[in-house]
Amino acid sequence: MAKIVGAITTSHVPAIGGAIHKGLQDAPYWKPFFDAFPPVRQWLAEVQPDVIVVVYNDHGLNFFLDKMPTFSVGAAPQYTSEDEGWGIPTQPPFAGHPALSWHLIESLVDQEFDITSCQEMLVDHAFTLPMALLYPDANWPVKVVPVCINTVQAPMPSAKRCFKLGQALHRAIESWPGDEKVVILGTGGLSHQLDGERAGFINKPFDLAFMDSLAKDPAWATQFSAYDLVEKTGTQGVELVMWLTTRAALGDKAVERFRNYHLPISNTASGVMLFEPA
Amino acid sequence: MKNDIPGTVIFDGAQAMKGYALNKMCYSFNAKANREAFLADEEAYMKQYGLNEIQAAAIRSRNVLQLIAAGGNAYFLGKFAGIFGLDMQDIGAQQTGMTKDAFKAKLVAANQQA
Repeated sequence: MAKIVGAITTSHVPAIGGAIHKGLQDAPYWKPFFDAFPPVRQWLAEVQPDVIVVVYNDHGLNFFLDKMPTFSVGAAPQYTSEDEGWGIPTQPPFAGHPALSWHLIESLVDQEFDITSCQEMLVDHAFTLPMALLYPDANWPVKVVPVCINTVQAPMPSAKRCFKLGQALHRAIESWPGDEKVVILGTGGLSHQLDGERAGFINKPFDLAFMDSLAKDPAWATQFSAYDLVEKTGTQGVELVMWLTTRAALGDKAVERFRNYHLPISNTASGVMLFEPA
Repeated sequence: MKNDIPGTVIFDGAQAMKGYALNKMCYSFNAKANREAFLADEEAYMKQYGLNEIQAAAIRSRNVLQLIAAGGNAYFLGKFAGIFGLDMQDIGAQQTGMTKDAFKAKLVAANQQA
């Protein structure tokens, strides 16, 4: 049976793409962020996962407002990226795992998560940049399954619902008959707000409390409504539900292996965490 | 969902309806050819997408707060801003009425939050 070997969470700020492209990883502005990744890469090299399930939010590349699924799962043989309108460097295509995707889709619907299946799916910076941070040579040694959660348009799913999605994802992955080693990668956050007079809002105490909660009390953030999360973390800080889904997908007990928190990266408080099942 | 957080417009159904044409135009900027078509004839391009006068005026003024008030969604507006090479600190500075340096300093100052 497939085995979930760990979970990684990271911010996915678009400017990271420019920094990689320009080779700025050691520049003073960027080094405190990029320094988080060698330990995570070392762990990946030891664990050698076969599949990464990426929990992320699209930002208007694959989905427009004509059709906006709350939860969607990719079932494509391959996923590609585009420049998203502002010239972000694209990444080489990612190989999918359609058989596993369909198993996850069937299992999730069985568990009453009526997700949208996507046999064609463009993946944006929220998917490509975390992958490029994990595998800088962009020679992806894993297959991927995208799991996309709407944060573009309210109503957004609650933190509680996302936590339950993560738990359902755990059962779905662990019931796959293949022998793949699976890592869950959740991307987004932490606190930030891009739009409105409140642009530049950051809430460091909340971010740190949230990070602390993930190992010892993972359901802590489920007490907050989507509105609460906007108020406490900013209009884009709500992306922390990707982290919450990812943590729930890892299983009930987890041990934190690594973390980094640094601000600001662009307008964002950035975070990186690595967990293993306990 | 309540929508009363100061300085914040939660992009809900009301905003999604109001801003549909504007956001659809900005979504088209995912494609380079469309960005070039917009730059070649801005007025014709806006007309093609059926922007109303308030939305068209907000586009002409490059004013992000006006674009949000006209129903613009941050992620789609980002694609519009990208045409002009603006980054998120430029946009943040414009919306908060600060210089870019002052906005960046405000971000760094968040490190002092207890």
